[in-house]
Amino acid sequence: MSLNVLGSLASADGGGFQTPTTSEFYQPLLFDGPLAITRPAVVLMLSVGLIAWWLIATTKRAAIVPSKGQWATESLYGFVRNGVARDIIGSKDFLRFVPLLFTMFVLILVNNLFGVIPLIQYPTMSRIGIPIALTLVVYVTYHYIGIKRVGLGQYFKGLVPAGLPGWIVPLIFVLEVITFFITRPLTLALRLFGNMFAGHLLLLLFITGGQYMIINGGIGLKIAGAGSYVMAFALTIFEILIEFLQAYIFTLLAATYIAGSLSDEH
Amino acid sequence: MTGNIAILGYGLSAIGPGVGIGLIFAAYINGVARQPEARGMLQGIAILGFALAEALAIFGLVLAFVFKNG
Repeated sequence: MSLNVLGSLASADGGGFQTPTTSEFYQPLLFDGPLAITRPAVVLMLSVGLIAWWLIATTKRAAIVPSKGQWATESLYGFVRNGVARDIIGSKDFLRFVPLLFTMFVLILVNNLFGVIPLIQYPTMSRIGIPIALTLVVYVTYHYIGIKRVGLGQYFKGLVPAGLPGWIVPLIFVLEVITFFITRPLTLALRLFGNMFAGHLLLLLFITGGQYMIINGGIGLKIAGAGSYVMAFALTIFEILIEFLQAYIFTLLAATYIAGSLSDEH
Repeated sequence: MTGNIAILGYGLSAIGPGVGIGLIFAAYINGVARQPEARGMLQGIAILGFALAEALAIFGLVLAFVFKNG
């Protein structure tokens, strides 16, 4: 999808079609090694700047009769506030988590949509480090509020639901500890990463494959190449749906975990 | 025949979540058809269930890449 990929394909003509690999995702722009300024880093900074500009510009002169921009921002905010935070966490203390959830939702949404916006076309979340950083924030938050509310000992005791027969308690305790400390953060990060990564790889395959077939193939393959582009178009539409859905799911699950730590029996 | 058996593992790991997600949305459609006003409440639950079932397939995908060169 990137210019690099197209360039490498064009120069390697006669060498057969190379399927896109995981190495397509590592694109250093400046420097090399662990401190390299990579393409996702630039896209992430761009997204932060864009979000900050948009939110400030549409809410600075907030009016009773909203402008179009203010209306868009308010309906997005209302969706996260009422549709996610209030419904999941409950009307008692959802308000202090709305900023966290709204930030997560907007950041993930914009970064995901960058995966299909022409010229940018890089879903930042397809680099595992960025979902891990976001997950770490959620992980620390829900453990912190849980421990702060009932204390460390009671927090661990609360993992096991009351009223179980004595012999099953250790088993359930081990299962719950694994769920709370390993499975939840792992799936939260991997779900976002895996969806963006797989979707981008799929688009890359259909587009570079279609290009190769149209340029190098016979008449039959040329038709198949056109079919490949039709598939790429359909998958792009599907990808936009997935991008919205993943931002929603990440926020929903973060709210669910926070709600679990706030309720009396998790 | 050349290739990597790890990709086969991903195919296998996608079967279970595929069936599971199908069941979840079948139940969701059933619920909405019987009681259209419960749509808003059911939607959140359906998507939550979908996300949890999908996690297994995502594990398969990631592990397929992890063990590709191993």
